[in-house]
Amino acid sequence: MSDMMNVSSNPHIRSKVSTDKIMLCVVLALLPAAGFGVWNFGLNALWQILLTIAACVISEALYELFMKKKLTIFDFSAVVTGLLLALNMPPAAPLWLGPMGGVFAIIVVKMLFGGLGQNFMNPALAARCFLLISFPGIMTNFECDAYTGATPLATLKAGGSVNVLNMIIGRTSGTIGETSMIAIVAGACILLLLGIIDLKIPGSYIITFVIFYGLFGGHGFNSYYISAELAGGGLMLGAFFMATDYVTRPVTKLGQIVFGVILGILTGIFRIFGASSEGVSYAIIIGNMLVPLITRFTAPKPFGRGGERI
Amino acid sequence: MAKHSFTGGIHPYDGKELSKDKPIKDIYPKGKMVYPVSQHIGAPASPIVAKGDHVLRGQRIAEAAGFVSSHIYSTVSGTVEAIEPRRTVTGDMVLSIIIDNDGEYREVDYDVCDEIDIDNMSKEDILKRIQDAGIVGMGGAGFPTHVKLSPKEPDRIDYCIANCAECEPYLTSDYRRMIEQPQMLIEGLKCVLRLFDNAKGILAVEDNKPDCIAKLKALTKNEPRILVKTLKTKYPQGAERQLIFATTRRAINSSMLPADAGCVVNNVDTLCAIYNAVWNGKPLMERIVTVTGDAIKEPQNYRVCIGMSYSELIEAAGGYKTEPEKIVSGGPMMGFALFNTDVPTTKTASALLALSKDEVARYTPTACINCGMCLEVCPGRVMPKALAECAEHGDYERFEKLNGMECCECGCCSYVCPAKRQLTQSIKSARKIVLANKKKAGK
Repeated sequence: MSDMMNVSSNPHIRSKVSTDKIMLCVVLALLPAAGFGVWNFGLNALWQILLTIAACVISEALYELFMKKKLTIFDFSAVVTGLLLALNMPPAAPLWLGPMGGVFAIIVVKMLFGGLGQNFMNPALAARCFLLISFPGIMTNFECDAYTGATPLATLKAGGSVNVLNMIIGRTSGTIGETSMIAIVAGACILLLLGIIDLKIPGSYIITFVIFYGLFGGHGFNSYYISAELAGGGLMLGAFFMATDYVTRPVTKLGQIVFGVILGILTGIFRIFGASSEGVSYAIIIGNMLVPLITRFTAPKPFGRGGERI
Repeated sequence: MAKHSFTGGIHPYDGKELSKDKPIKDIYPKGKMVYPVSQHIGAPASPIVAKGDHVLRGQRIAEAAGFVSSHIYSTVSGTVEAIEPRRTVTGDMVLSIIIDNDGEYREVDYDVCDEIDIDNMSKEDILKRIQDAGIVGMGGAGFPTHVKLSPKEPDRIDYCIANCAECEPYLTSDYRRMIEQPQMLIEGLKCVLRLFDNAKGILAVEDNKPDCIAKLKALTKNEPRILVKTLKTKYPQGAERQLIFATTRRAINSSMLPADAGCVVNNVDTLCAIYNAVWNGKPLMERIVTVTGDAIKEPQNYRVCIGMSYSELIEAAGGYKTEPEKIVSGGPMMGFALFNTDVPTTKTASALLALSKDEVARYTPTACINCGMCLEVCPGRVMPKALAECAEHGDYERFEKLNGMECCECGCCSYVCPAKRQLTQSIKSARKIVLANKKKAGK
């Protein structure tokens, strides 16, 4: 047997989709929101984004170097985490805060649990909640050069009035990437068209939230309040980019709908009955923790045992 | 018309344009012929010739060892040179009969029938002729056809399905058969229908072969018992359980047989072999093999004498255009990778595929990101990621609990995995271990 050929188990062909390509698409889809944030809030936002991403990538690389593990920064998942976290930062936050959250996201939430695919919470959101608890003053201060005063949702909760059109465009105060509904949805459309995400989670999440808000929000199904609640805060960014995070959502179709419904209810509870006007981040990380349970109870039935018609 | 299909599946590059317009060519082997005694599921056949014997083309050289087994015939005339273990496509060493081809192709006399004989033939006679011909499922599984055609209650068979899907990428052997010899296929199906009084025949063709569909529809216009059904083009549309579901909406699990759903499924080449056996009394000696791939100079469809070496086929197709990194017997999704082409073609060899790039070797598996694509494409509706994890941890109890035995090893999960994990491979090996353990426990 002189010239031996490569032998491997079937199949012998592979699709062109790979982890790094998926992650790059997510980065691409987040660029409209990030770009709008920089335009809306100024250069400090740009530095916050770049430094947070750098902190995430470098901490992942250093961790792997120290632990003598294979370098995985080229799958771009750390870039996605850094970008998402930065988009959740207040625009005027000091520039050390984002990177600090980034290190927490990568080292504590992701790498200590085994790296990509093993974390049970969305690293960016867990880091945001960590910062919210540790630095509540900075993290809830949305005053910056461009805007003074509270976020639209806080204004609404306090009984004030808001300009819904400005909220949809994004010309309001808020975190760097959450204000523009248009930019976020435009980015989400890229992911939807590429088939990287589908509407099961965002759809059931948003619909459930609207119904819950209509029933318990105290304003009925009033279009002014509902559109303000949809466009304001982190709902759009959360529903399309964070609740859909592959690692921390259920894999089954039914489970994804259940997950979306749970997130919708939790967000409604936090926004209506909570002390803060926001609740998306907490809703999603609590939802993340329910994922193993949801997956378990929604496991598909095999073909020939009742599962062939789904 | 609504297209018939199933849930899941993939759409890989199909590569069929390389060979689909190449008419079937006869090819006569020059070198030594190798006949493994196990080319089917069931007991290996026992050789009935000895070293030095002279054999004719069409002469039985190994006898089926029991009911679930199959005869082997010589496809050339010549002298038995040796009976010894030889390497086969799966890499196993299998006892084989080696015949030195004298190149004269002297044949035995066949018991040819005319129409009247056929009409008078009893069911038992038809089955006997199929069994005597050594016919097995030529789509790849190699299950003895006479066993398939002898269910416990033949009256409860409602459908005899001709699997004309040819869903494997690159393969065009069935396509060429349907274009060039559709009548043979239909007659073969009619022979099968003779065995089942209450059954209808279904020719199930994927919609990427509209010319075949038109041809078969025209030819079966006056056949009240045969209908042509159009399937959605998707891999693995031709997998037995998926095909039965697509055409009849009946679903069977891994512990059931097609007969439990009132179905009998045979592929194109098998039905043609049945025709040859019933009408011409000819044993199974030939099959169509597609020699293709981007590394082959002139992709072709050959009518091959079973037992000839793959090396000869490559030579006939003009050799390599570029150095191949991988050679596969069968299609790219379910075929066997060969480490050397010096192995014989068998009853189940549908193609020889030479790929200039080995995609599998190029990718390193990385961490699972839980994207759920494997679940989405799995035609068995199981959770490949979870099964592969059980397999890697050696947790076979949980593997079975998660319905690991429902996997049909079609390869869709490995194909789509963005992390390039070897899901099919892990699940396959776990299935083997579970089956072996069960066998051990049973004894």
